[in-house]
Amino acid sequence: MQDNFLKIRNLRTYFFTRRGVVKAVDGVDIEAKRGKLTALVGESGCGKSVTGLSIMGLIPSPVGKIVEGEILFEDKDLAKLSYKEMADLRGKDISMIFQEPMTSLNPVLTIGHQVGEPLRIHSSLSPEEITERVLSILDLVGIPEPRSRLKSYPHQLSGGMRQRVMIAMAMICGPKLLIADEPTTALDVTIQAQILDLMLELMKKINTSIILITHDLGVVAEVCDEVNVMYAGKIVEKSDVFSIFDNPSHPYTWGLLRSIPRIGKKGKAKKLYTIKGVVPNLLDPPSGCRFADRCDKARDICREEEPPFTTIEEGHFVKCWLFA
Amino acid sequence: MENALISTKNLTKIFHLSTGPLGRKKVFVHAVENVNIDIASRETLALVGESGCGKTTLGRLILRLIEPTKGEVLFKGENIFSLDRERMRSLRRDMQIIFQDPYASLDPRMRILDILAEPLKTHNKDMSKREIVERVKELLSVVGLQEFVMSGFPHQFSGGQRQRIGIARALALNPEFIVCDEAVSALDVSIRAQILNLLMDLKERFNLTLLFITHDLSVVSFISDRIGVMYLGKCVEIGPTADIFDHPLHPYTLFLLSAVPIPDPHARDRAKLILEGDIPSPVNVPSGCRFHTRCPYLRDVCVSEEPQMQYIGNRGFACHFPLY
Repeated sequence: MQDNFLKIRNLRTYFFTRRGVVKAVDGVDIEAKRGKLTALVGESGCGKSVTGLSIMGLIPSPVGKIVEGEILFEDKDLAKLSYKEMADLRGKDISMIFQEPMTSLNPVLTIGHQVGEPLRIHSSLSPEEITERVLSILDLVGIPEPRSRLKSYPHQLSGGMRQRVMIAMAMICGPKLLIADEPTTALDVTIQAQILDLMLELMKKINTSIILITHDLGVVAEVCDEVNVMYAGKIVEKSDVFSIFDNPSHPYTWGLLRSIPRIGKKGKAKKLYTIKGVVPNLLDPPSGCRFADRCDKARDICREEEPPFTTIEEGHFVKCWLFA
Repeated sequence: MENALISTKNLTKIFHLSTGPLGRKKVFVHAVENVNIDIASRETLALVGESGCGKTTLGRLILRLIEPTKGEVLFKGENIFSLDRERMRSLRRDMQIIFQDPYASLDPRMRILDILAEPLKTHNKDMSKREIVERVKELLSVVGLQEFVMSGFPHQFSGGQRQRIGIARALALNPEFIVCDEAVSALDVSIRAQILNLLMDLKERFNLTLLFITHDLSVVSFISDRIGVMYLGKCVEIGPTADIFDHPLHPYTLFLLSAVPIPDPHARDRAKLILEGDIPSPVNVPSGCRFHTRCPYLRDVCVSEEPQMQYIGNRGFACHFPLY
């Protein structure tokens, strides 16, 4: 039995806007196992990034707030830590990388300065020692001639190189948990393959666990161990990666997998499967199952009552009345 | 190619940029260089490649949205760059474009009715108001939107709906040829499948010829008859979709296809080919074969001599040592 060193229980993160309360994350349970790559997959607006930001304690206050739930990391509840306590963890034990490396790096500071920053905050190393550590991590993430890059600015690097710098910055303190929010979405496929490969390699070398937030089921199938499918603020299906691709059970998961064109499949399909309609407005989400309005198999109960999590095989859970 | 609707002849576009202090340093960006492709009537040609490979510039040249540095684009045998203003204007009815970002490509201050009426008013001066409204209603129903959409503004609609509006605008004048420039790249998986199905339906229904520009190879395998692969301003391989997926001839195509994530975890342990390095800058293009800086099958001649496009049957490739 592997220990779940990150356990999120009934997390609710709401945004209080002028137009009403947006229930971006509404009762989410996620576990991440040590040394594993856990995926949080879903379409835009499903709350996957907000979940990531909630773990990091980066929800913009006072508009957004974690209204309920706990985020147990080792033995601490991150949702209840003070600002100071959270700041001590962030960048050291837990760090995050974002989708767009150009906007998440500071354009007026050098690469060397930015990558070394977490060490200046969290360690008492001397400037020379920090420079050594920066050089070794830049080398580890595959930046050629790291010494000459120390004085470079982000705009002098390509997109793939910037993402490597972001990863170096997140990894320099050897975090126990890395949250990667769409880390390869802005990159070309050949560069995406490089970065995914690098993340898997670093995971082993630095002994980090990763939560990968993505919309790309191809990426999930390539690298992840555990999968959580999110829809409209809720987790609808979770399982290990093989079980979910072999036996997708929630109609949303099933539909998503059917609606991606498969590369190089002979005998071109005439039509792609489509999930009808659009995602519900989270200002006023439907009662019952949130997918009911788009679901071919919806019955009366689906619109009235929220389905419970049901175990369909060991370690494979589905939130759907079809299985309850 | 016989029955080619569009042919490009040595089509080249070099952008002149001013950089350095006071803009006194001139650099030349080789965006598209000596591209010769044919698009047959009623076929879908997909143009694939990574960012900066010149695929969007090529699409714009073919529509004469920008003027070439040299070369010709023949539309039904006539060089469109030799046409005067008046004749070019009437030709524009036949050639339309759908853009990537449905948020940026619709004027936020115009109602949908006015957006869709604009091409009609420009090209049919004698159309009455009532005829225009009737045509707009017809266009909306063709793309699967309801009539009331007419009176709304773009911000009131979702990404998928806006892309449908963009498609309706492109169809307004019954064109023969449409360039789809990353038309589904900004959409979520479930919405993307809806729009791809719509495009395929419309192509059949209105006998359209499509140039589908994309970086997403899984979309290509679904939608296109033939594929043109671009790298650094050159077309490096062209041929029927299934043939290219089964057996790429150019090493770049091989690596590009291998980098695409496959949504099946059982396929994750296949031998993956990961291309090293980044795309060189189109300002300083490598000598000889432009792919030689990243090519694992590099030999001396690749550095000194540029491979020319050669054809075997319906397949074309520009490589000294193709992968037979």
